[in-house]
Amino acid sequence: MIGKPSPTAPFVRKHMLPAEVPPARASGAPKWLRENLFSSWANTALTLFGLFILYLLVSHFAPWFLHGVWQADSLAQCRQIIAERWGEGASGACWAVIRARWTQFLFGFYPSQLYWRPVLAFVLMFVAIAPVLFTQLPRKMLWFTLAYPLVAIWLLWGGSIWPVAMIAVGFALGALAYRLLALRSSLLASLAAIAVPLLFWSFLTGPIDSVLTSVVPLAIQPVPSREFGGFLLAIVLGLGGIAMSLPLGIVLALGRQSDMFLIKTFSVMFIEFIRGVPLIALLFVASLLLNYFLPPGTNFDIILRVMILVTLFSAAYIAEVIRGGLAALPRGQYEAADALGLDYWKAQRLIILPQALKISIPGIVSTFIGMFKDTTLVTFVGLFEPLKSIPDTIRADFAWKGVYWEPFVFVGAIFFLFNFGMSRYSMYLERKLKRDYR
Amino acid sequence: MTSVPDTPEPGFRLSQLIYDTRYRSLTIQVVVLFLVMAGAAWLVDNTIRNLNVLGKDFNFGFLGNRSGYDIAQHLIPYSNDSTHARAMLVGLLNTLWISFVGCITATVIGVFVGVMRLSPNWLVSRLMTAYVEVFRNIPLLLWILVAIALLTEVMPAPNAYRINPTTGEAQTSMILFDSVALTNRYTAIPSMEFLRSLGVVNTPFAPISLDVVAVLVLFAVSIWANRRFVGWANAVQAATGVRPTTWWKSLLILFAPVIVLLIALGFRLHEPTLQGFNFTGGTNVSNAFVALWAGLSLYTGAFIAEIVRAGILAVSKGQTEAAAALGMRSGRIMRLVILPQALRVIVPPLISQFLNLTKNSSLAIAVGYMDLRGTLGGITLNQTGRELECILLMMLIYLSISLVISGAMNLFNRKVRLKER
Repeated sequence: MIGKPSPTAPFVRKHMLPAEVPPARASGAPKWLRENLFSSWANTALTLFGLFILYLLVSHFAPWFLHGVWQADSLAQCRQIIAERWGEGASGACWAVIRARWTQFLFGFYPSQLYWRPVLAFVLMFVAIAPVLFTQLPRKMLWFTLAYPLVAIWLLWGGSIWPVAMIAVGFALGALAYRLLALRSSLLASLAAIAVPLLFWSFLTGPIDSVLTSVVPLAIQPVPSREFGGFLLAIVLGLGGIAMSLPLGIVLALGRQSDMFLIKTFSVMFIEFIRGVPLIALLFVASLLLNYFLPPGTNFDIILRVMILVTLFSAAYIAEVIRGGLAALPRGQYEAADALGLDYWKAQRLIILPQALKISIPGIVSTFIGMFKDTTLVTFVGLFEPLKSIPDTIRADFAWKGVYWEPFVFVGAIFFLFNFGMSRYSMYLERKLKRDYR
Repeated sequence: MTSVPDTPEPGFRLSQLIYDTRYRSLTIQVVVLFLVMAGAAWLVDNTIRNLNVLGKDFNFGFLGNRSGYDIAQHLIPYSNDSTHARAMLVGLLNTLWISFVGCITATVIGVFVGVMRLSPNWLVSRLMTAYVEVFRNIPLLLWILVAIALLTEVMPAPNAYRINPTTGEAQTSMILFDSVALTNRYTAIPSMEFLRSLGVVNTPFAPISLDVVAVLVLFAVSIWANRRFVGWANAVQAATGVRPTTWWKSLLILFAPVIVLLIALGFRLHEPTLQGFNFTGGTNVSNAFVALWAGLSLYTGAFIAEIVRAGILAVSKGQTEAAAALGMRSGRIMRLVILPQALRVIVPPLISQFLNLTKNSSLAIAVGYMDLRGTLGGITLNQTGRELECILLMMLIYLSISLVISGAMNLFNRKVRLKER
């Protein structure tokens, strides 16, 4: 509105005033406080309520944490130190128990001179997972990922290397048979890929193994399963279960989506049965019933038995997650794959599953988190998991009788870090992999 | 998947079973059926041979035998002279009871926390986020163990509530207007009492209190009458455009008859009092139950909070704005626009959380609450040595509970589903 000032106007400003500083209550901390904490009466009441809760929590737990004692030989000594330092009746944590027994929380009763083996297996795990998570790493590393399960088994349980090597050779022979026959007939090749390793394992492994063992006795000290415990056990069960249940879950999800009536029925029956039964019941099946279902005289490792049932359990949940991913794919993707003339397996492998699995990542991770938490239930079939069995063992020692809260806090914090980290990572992955279909 | 338009050749070759898309799926299904049957036969055969080796048989006759053990919490009459079948039933009812009350409190906690997490109040929403993350990421077993340790290690013995004659003060006082006492052995709560009771009908299954039946029936009638009343109000609104005031009449219809009946029956809460070494007069709830209940509710509540939050966020902001543009007040926007749409997103995962809670109630094993696993899969199994029968039966029962809950909830889900063309 620049122009000649109207003659009736008594005063016209000729130049702009500089901007005023905003009022103190409309900027900075006061503004934030007003908007976020005290915007209305109800909001103020909520804030006060929140502060009250916070005060209750801090006033109860802060002294306990702050008065913690790290150097002591027994709970009684802890209490004595706390009473001397902070006065009679002061509460305080006795972290000395964690300091004294942290190896037990991590490894259970694994022989202490062999701790390097689970640690090495744990470090190698990241090497094995890396090429899956970061696509810019060299693809050759995927071979190590494939070999990792056998390496980990050998490192953890020890013993002769030859049985483990024989398993690997069996898989290699199967792959070789498939390669050789794939050009002639894909059906024949698939059958051979299954039959050759089975035949190799059932007839040739025994003699070759004994010959090799007598010629080159390459072995490390074996560790029996009952000495496994703590977070080592939780990670072995969780990771082993999820690794084995992924392929099974994919097959079940495809079966449930299948047009073939019988295959669909069997998949649905299996999935619904497993999902309808609590894990504890399945663990009891592992510890009490599995011996009934297998040929008389078979008696194998309790960890393996539990792992089988845990695998079946999580496979049913993974199947449902992946089914969600399959259902979320636009119909056009299936039709486009058909239009390209791809057969069922090629369409699944090249078009459908890569997209469906990508959509399912958050679900798969949360299934894994759930399973990692559920590994604590193996305490009820007599395995030494870190949450109940290990603290119970520690409390059985007279020096630490009555120490309840410190193990809970320690184990809970480790579970929290693992699971919170994984869920955050899956959220990051979800954002990274997101491709909007426009 | 695809049917290639083959020109059918005359005759039938065996290779057509694999390479002809018309027959292939049949072939695969027959092969799978054969494999599954063979696998099942193998398992059954192994089981029979194993049972023979052990000299056992497979029958459920043991369910009729005397159980010989006591169960602290039994909702139906039970003694150690009852049968194993009765013990199983007691355990089943305990499982259902803890699941029922657990689902209710978990839902209350979940809805409260889920809504509060969306609050504009920074402090409250952060507190709720902390609650959800802490409870979701730590195993349920830990929460149950913490709860039972709190109750048994920190709470005072019942006699700490005794009033010291010299000082006139007790070491500890009861909470909630002197009605609830937390002790290291049990939690004493008030019990219900009818002074002018209608009596009790004894059925072979369980004694049924006529007072409770009368109250429930009357309440059902009130709900039905209220629905009629709301229907009438809707009709008036549709015809005239003016809605009659309903809220206080609805409240009156719903609650006045029940309150009158309760007064007529002489209903009162009988508060527990310390007599000798224990609380009497009220109901003493075992700490196992309280710990399991608290653990299940808090843990599942965190999951439900996330579901509720996601459900509310799933309703697009345009819906709220459109409703506001129509001149609706915020309460009505919530009730008529947001909730019906959010519910559609919330209900299916909520069902699966209820199912999870029911299955997780088998963690009762950690605190010694006698649920189905504690009776049938616990003491009965150990006493009779019939692992196969007990565990199969237990899994079958859990499976049936799951199927019934998911079936019932799916019906409800169908009701709240968006009606699409």
